[in-house]
Amino acid sequence: MASLPPIDVPKGASGAGVFDARAAGERHPAHYEYLLRLGDDALVLGQRLGEWCGHGPVLEVDISLANLALDLVGQATLLLNEAGDGDRLAFHRDVLDFRNCLLVEQPNGDFAHTIARHLLYTTWQHLALQRLTQSSDRFLSEFAHKAVKEVAYHRELASEWTIRLGDGTDESSRRMVDGLEWNWRFVPELFEVDETLKAVIDRGIAPDPRSFQEEYGSAISAVLAQARLEAPADQRPILGGRRGHHSEHLGHLLAVMQFLPRTYPDATW
Amino acid sequence: MNGDWPLWEVFVRAKGGLAHRHVGSVHAPDAQLALAHARDTYTRRMEGVSLWVVPSATIVASDPDQAGELFEPAESKIYRHPTFYDIPDEVKHI
Repeated sequence: MASLPPIDVPKGASGAGVFDARAAGERHPAHYEYLLRLGDDALVLGQRLGEWCGHGPVLEVDISLANLALDLVGQATLLLNEAGDGDRLAFHRDVLDFRNCLLVEQPNGDFAHTIARHLLYTTWQHLALQRLTQSSDRFLSEFAHKAVKEVAYHRELASEWTIRLGDGTDESSRRMVDGLEWNWRFVPELFEVDETLKAVIDRGIAPDPRSFQEEYGSAISAVLAQARLEAPADQRPILGGRRGHHSEHLGHLLAVMQFLPRTYPDATW
Repeated sequence: MNGDWPLWEVFVRAKGGLAHRHVGSVHAPDAQLALAHARDTYTRRMEGVSLWVVPSATIVASDPDQAGELFEPAESKIYRHPTFYDIPDEVKHI
């Protein structure tokens, strides 16, 4: 049996620049962490949507979900390559070192679950990227200008499907309600401002998510109203993804995603 | 599920100035999602700058059984091609 390659261990407690001297040297540690947060969100959600490939409810939706996945993997590639060696970060990091939010790692469930997750995440991502275009960091600003168009479409598509499923048949509506119920408790994490995020907000690198929390709430409410759905009751928020405290689901996702490069470290194609 | 969704014909304009061209069809529950499906299926490699979708059911097609009477008479009318004129050398782009 092939042995796994060694896993990089963070130097020092800050968690800064583990995979890239540049990050540890010139960049503020929080800046590096922020790139990982955005990059891991895109990578994990892209992998999740990619799981639909070949399993979509109809051919057109299958292609549609694969397109969304490819957009996200493209975003992850840019972000993780900016943070360091993108391939190493994606395929040779262990679950505790991932910095994605818990929402994006939630299982696909049925199509309505996937749409609920996508609506809740991409609405946030779109609002964040609109503001990130003003980032003091040139890379992030340019990245945001490119990605904001992709994500505008994601948001639009997720909203349209939410409306059709919510205001569809009894079954589609019930499934949409279930999907929202499941994913709702992971939304507060998107607006949490910890020390790391505060450091990049203070440097003008990242937008403060609390500045668009209200807009997010009304945007989601507007879609739900059109879908003739009630917002789920607020649940106890679940936090921790940004610090590497993930649900059991992420480990399974990474096992599939990382299997090949970890088993055959020298594989090329 | 697919059986419940009507079919839509998809037309793509490759670039400004060109006409929309028929490229294929998609299933979708309504016009807006038909546009989304057309976008995701037919323009993912930068094929176009504009899209039309049209309910396939609204297209009126000629009857293949009438192909003889409709199209064959044109076969013997080669004089309808403007190939019997001498074009002066000074005239370009014809």
